[in-house]
Amino acid sequence: MVSLLKSLWYVFLHMFQKRVTVQYPEEKNYLPPRWRGRIVLTRDPDGEERCVACYLCSVACPVDCIALAATEEEDGRRYPDFFRINFSRCIYCGYCEEACPTYAIQLIPDFEMAEYNRQNMVYEKEHLLINGEGKYHGYNFYKYAGLELKNKGKGEGENEAPPVDPKSLMP
Amino acid sequence: MSETLQHIVIVFGILFGLLTLAAGLIWIERRLLGVWQNRYGPNRVGPLGIFIVLADMIKIFFKEDWIPPFADKKVFVIAPTIIMFVVLMSWAVVPVAPGVVVLDLNVGILFFLAMSSIGIYSTVLAGWASNNKYSLLGGLRMSAQMFSYEVFMGLSLMGVVIMAGSFNLTDIVNAQKNMWFVVPQFLGFIIFFIAGLAESHRLPFDMPEAESELIAGFHSEYSGMKFGMFFVGEYVGVTLISAFIVTLFFGGWHGPVLPPFVWFFLKMMFFICLFVLLRAALPRPRYDQLLSYGWKILLPLALLNIVVTGGLVLAFE
Repeated sequence: MVSLLKSLWYVFLHMFQKRVTVQYPEEKNYLPPRWRGRIVLTRDPDGEERCVACYLCSVACPVDCIALAATEEEDGRRYPDFFRINFSRCIYCGYCEEACPTYAIQLIPDFEMAEYNRQNMVYEKEHLLINGEGKYHGYNFYKYAGLELKNKGKGEGENEAPPVDPKSLMP
Repeated sequence: MSETLQHIVIVFGILFGLLTLAAGLIWIERRLLGVWQNRYGPNRVGPLGIFIVLADMIKIFFKEDWIPPFADKKVFVIAPTIIMFVVLMSWAVVPVAPGVVVLDLNVGILFFLAMSSIGIYSTVLAGWASNNKYSLLGGLRMSAQMFSYEVFMGLSLMGVVIMAGSFNLTDIVNAQKNMWFVVPQFLGFIIFFIAGLAESHRLPFDMPEAESELIAGFHSEYSGMKFGMFFVGEYVGVTLISAFIVTLFFGGWHGPVLPPFVWFFLKMMFFICLFVLLRAALPRPRYDQLLSYGWKILLPLALLNIVVTGGLVLAFE
């Protein structure tokens, strides 16, 4: 009986304590800089799309919310024909970011994506692409990759040795 | 003619005020629970969030009113109306201010006890008609709980009746002009408070609903306005028990300076807030503990209270 009255009193005293609620739209919580929120597609320092449409993000996605199709430019550079993320399915796990070999897909701290229409949660490539490099500055996949492009032959990339001639006997 | 008009005004005034209060309790309870749990509660819609009541009403009116195909349809529909009917009828005998009472019955307390007994039917029939084992268990618990607590709910009031010498609530309030009955009848007050808590099946005595065990118990099959009737019935029940505590033990409308109605209202609000505080603070007891607590402790205490009060009144008069 006494313990009941005591608990009544202690609960009553909560009235004079500080509220723990964060009044969200007016006050905002601190978000860590590496918070995993909305997904973006970044560009390389030259302003070209970083995405090479390798499908690794799509494969890594545990909820299958990423859809894309690869296509190729004339110089052999691959890029996604369309790139679609259904954010009503996305669980913001960041596996796509980990899987991405070119730093193209990145998660940024924005999480405010409420929509009245469910279809508006489906983001196409033009919604996902940003005009910057995101978290990784100065990285350009094609500068390192041993891929032959129009203005860059094999072995001409950075830190890249010239290709070995397999028919030569010389070491 | 003017007397009839006055009466009509009183009837509709009390009815309107009561339903407004019951609706407002949705907001009051949620705000208070929030305050006692270190949060804010609803504070967005309108000033201090008070229009949450309107939003809730609109929501509940537009919800699908579904009757399960396996339910006993007639009883299913009648059950929620009973509780509304009963609590509103009980309010008829409560004197709000001198002369402001719908029905100045000379057996006011007995009428209230009878009405609250009928209130059992609401939950029992709802539990039965839902044709669902959890609902049935809820109804079963309700009947057992009400049965055992009804007994000493009536007995706890007899001390007051002995001291006032009347069953009429206006007379009882007038008899408390010099001293509130809570002083000589403190035991009776505690017992009536606990019994009233069990009667309005609020936490911690919400065994018939027990969300965590019975999935809302007797009203788990109800939706829309039928559920709303149970809800409003519960809130009016809380105001009813508070109003009775005030009338019987805390001097009704008596109080200095402020007009009688305001005193009544303030005292009643205090007890309503106490009901919410109990809900915020106390855990639900086990079901058998509830019953044995009622029969083994509260019933003997209530009887003892009657004997002692009766003996003292006899000795001094």
